[in-house]
Amino acid sequence: MAKTYEAVIGLEVHVELATKTKIFCGCSTAFGGAPNTHTCPVCTGMPGSLPVLNRQVVEYAAAVGLATNCTITQNCKFDRKNYFYPDNPQNYQISQLYLPICRDGHVDIELSDGTVKPVRIHEIHMEEDAGKLVHDDWDDVSYVDFNRSGVPLIEIVSEPDMRSAQEVIAYLEKLRLVIQYLGASDCKLQEGSMRADVNLSVREAGSAEFGTRTETKNLNSFSAIQRAIEAETARQIDLLEAGQPVIQETRRWDDNKGYSYAMRSKEDAQDYRYFPDPDLVPVDISDEWLEEIRSRQPEFKTEKMKRYKEEFGIPDYDIDIITDSKKMADIFEEATALCNKPKKVSNWLMVETMRLLKEKSMDASDLTFSAANLAKLVNLTEAGTINSSVAKEVFEKIFSDDIDPDVYVEEHGLKQVNDESALRQTVEEIVAANPQSVEDYRGGKEKAIGFLVGQTMKAMKGKANPAMVNQMLKEILSR
Amino acid sequence: MSLLDLTATQLAKAIKEGRTTAVEAMQAVIEQIENKDKELNCYVTFDKEAALEAARKAQEAIEAGTLTGPLAGVPVAVKDNMCTKDVLTTCSSRILGNFVPTYSAEAVIKLEEAGAVIIGKTNMDEFAMGSTTETSAYGVTKNPWNTAHVPGGSSGGSAAAVAADECFFALGSDTGGSIRQPASYCGVVGMKPTYGTVSRYGLIAYGSSLDQIGPLCKDVTDCAVIMETIASHDLKDSTSIERHDTDFTKALVDDVKGMKIGIPSTYFGEGLDSQVRKTILDAVEVLKSKGAVVEEFDLDLVDYAIPAYYTIASAEASSNLERFDGVKYGYRAKDYEGLHDMYKKTRSEGFGPEVKRRIMLGSFVLSSGYYDAYYLKALKVKALIKKAFDQAFAAYDVIIAPAAPTTAPVLGSSLSDPIKMYLGDIYTISLNLAGLPGISIPCGFDSKGLPVGMQIIGDCFKEHNIIRAAYAYEQARGAFPKPDGKKEAH
Repeated sequence: MAKTYEAVIGLEVHVELATKTKIFCGCSTAFGGAPNTHTCPVCTGMPGSLPVLNRQVVEYAAAVGLATNCTITQNCKFDRKNYFYPDNPQNYQISQLYLPICRDGHVDIELSDGTVKPVRIHEIHMEEDAGKLVHDDWDDVSYVDFNRSGVPLIEIVSEPDMRSAQEVIAYLEKLRLVIQYLGASDCKLQEGSMRADVNLSVREAGSAEFGTRTETKNLNSFSAIQRAIEAETARQIDLLEAGQPVIQETRRWDDNKGYSYAMRSKEDAQDYRYFPDPDLVPVDISDEWLEEIRSRQPEFKTEKMKRYKEEFGIPDYDIDIITDSKKMADIFEEATALCNKPKKVSNWLMVETMRLLKEKSMDASDLTFSAANLAKLVNLTEAGTINSSVAKEVFEKIFSDDIDPDVYVEEHGLKQVNDESALRQTVEEIVAANPQSVEDYRGGKEKAIGFLVGQTMKAMKGKANPAMVNQMLKEILSR
Repeated sequence: MSLLDLTATQLAKAIKEGRTTAVEAMQAVIEQIENKDKELNCYVTFDKEAALEAARKAQEAIEAGTLTGPLAGVPVAVKDNMCTKDVLTTCSSRILGNFVPTYSAEAVIKLEEAGAVIIGKTNMDEFAMGSTTETSAYGVTKNPWNTAHVPGGSSGGSAAAVAADECFFALGSDTGGSIRQPASYCGVVGMKPTYGTVSRYGLIAYGSSLDQIGPLCKDVTDCAVIMETIASHDLKDSTSIERHDTDFTKALVDDVKGMKIGIPSTYFGEGLDSQVRKTILDAVEVLKSKGAVVEEFDLDLVDYAIPAYYTIASAEASSNLERFDGVKYGYRAKDYEGLHDMYKKTRSEGFGPEVKRRIMLGSFVLSSGYYDAYYLKALKVKALIKKAFDQAFAAYDVIIAPAAPTTAPVLGSSLSDPIKMYLGDIYTISLNLAGLPGISIPCGFDSKGLPVGMQIIGDCFKEHNIIRAAYAYEQARGAFPKPDGKKEAH
């Protein structure tokens, strides 16, 4: 009988923190500057320069640790990881090995069958990013851009608790959600602000022993992670089935070709000669500071979902989507507080907002409109000041330019016409001008009324109250 | 009386009172350098025109009343491991032979703010690794008292320049004795402050947890004035400490009545030259006669200081010096194939043998499998040494010790036996391990006419005690002679 295997997977996730300045100097972390314009003696490793820790990095790292049920190391330290590479200006990276800021946490992931599984977090540590090498193949020269050098990262190291690509994706989505809620990072895999390395081994199902693991790098999307895990699992099973050993090595995934290749084996592993960085003093996180960080923790998705259900009475489906982004949830709560119509606000977010996000390939975290303007729009619609088609047009303006709908409707003369006599006059004209449709309707083709409504709306430049037009037409036609 | 006979403080006063000018002072120093430095080689970088121009500017500012600092117009020499904006900073190494920083060390900035005028950059052991200034890539510096002898190191250029009147005072750095030992060999005052008192920003690191900048100068008054000027809480240096007791000139009091002085018997036993011992103990008697209470005691763990020091300093150095790789600045080998060959050739050609020895030693003690046995153990020793001093300072205000086991050795006699050279650091390195302040003050000569320095050690943040003891001794001793510059035959 064929053996069955299971994959054993642990993740090393690097997250770029959303601080304005770098981890050890005051240079900007902004993306996309001209090469070496966001640099100073510190982040270019000039002689005599010294690192000074950015407090915000500690706060973000501790906040992520608290949100993932970690123990915070209140006296943590930075260590130097020594290795020579031109993108690493000091030829050592300042990281944490001996006393990382967070340890022994876990997050609960929900699987598609509804079961909840904890994934343990071994540690979270703070470190600095490296610069970027730019190779000029024409001139056979390489250049270094140190703009990224010193951008703060946290590395979240899980225990080998995951067993499938599905679990890995669920874990990453959970981390991303928590970190985005904290505002600690935008966690965009494509842009590299979240990067995952996959440690994977396979073993016979039911075995308690671990197999030999590989580490796969260069995974830039959830789909790449999924494909790489499936491919690596299959590759290792094939090796074992063929009676060949799995070699402990680092592999690089090529998502275009759909396979990975070996980068370096364990034998090539460097000795990083880690030791405590003497230029930095231990990070002393006092009880007060930790409490301050804890008190600023936001309400996360799970609690929010529970509260929304009780407080707003909107469908579970809506709640799930709205709370998938803190930005969206914030807009929802704020707008609802202003207009007190949760379902209406939710509809705008669920339908028009989602449609526009998709159309513009944006993320919910990129939303820029204010909840106040959305609330005003809901009020305008509810009061019958504008009709629903005008409202959609106005919403697009809110979405793109965050306009004030009260002002916009006024300036563009978009108010719904509710004036009975004005409406009646137009309706009479339309009826008189379309005898065929009138005849059709009277002959039993009820749909013909739709055409007449449309013509009336058109004549009124979309501003007529459609319910009143409908009512009036029925009344006239039934005479 | 020549201008050069004035101390830095006296000169500043004379300039302020209009009795002389910053330009005259600089001219006097330049003349001295032109006469003497060909032989002594105190300076790696000396730009006469730039120095004069800086002096002229200082004089203008003094006359305009905008420059009023305590060292206004006084020419100063800076050890070549401190960055000076737009001025070559080599660490006396080939690998930084073309390095011109875009920024100045914080201590240099503090001096400039106080009005001191930089003459040039002084020679040193390469990357401050050495005790004789012979490991410099730019030639040895000679001892002004006897040019057949070394000036000590690693701040040998600074110490010799002060002794030879090629400056009015100088900055040095001290990782294991690099200010106090050359001060002793050259007959000048040198002080290593408590770790964290002077910013390390812009000091090219050797052993980061041990390095401190301090003054080399003509007397204890200058020392206190310079210390007040360069001590600062610098937010650019995480190890810099905020202190509210840096009014060091307040300690210039000729009174040691009741001061408790500990004499560690282990420091005066085997290995110490008998003439050095006698000279220092005679100086201790002077303090005793002024009312100090002197007592011998046993200081523990002295034997472990040297291995612990060379483990920690070399480990930190091996990492600190990784940035010198030919990629970003400094020397790059001419011919190479690929990145790794470039690294290898650049560093092989750029570093001298003593630096390579310490990089290898440091890399070894940090390597996987040896880290616990060497590096961690050394850190434990460091903590125990601090504890031993804590106990001593519970009983004594200051401790007196030699600064070196002998007077200045003959040129060329040290490098052939590095272990012996390392052992010569026995009386100074413990202070760096424990973070303590120490001052070396000249207290006499051996039979060859070479100066002997007495080291006065204080508890952390107790510079006042050592300045007071040194000042009181200096008052009793009187003016210390100057070198005549003759070469003595052996």
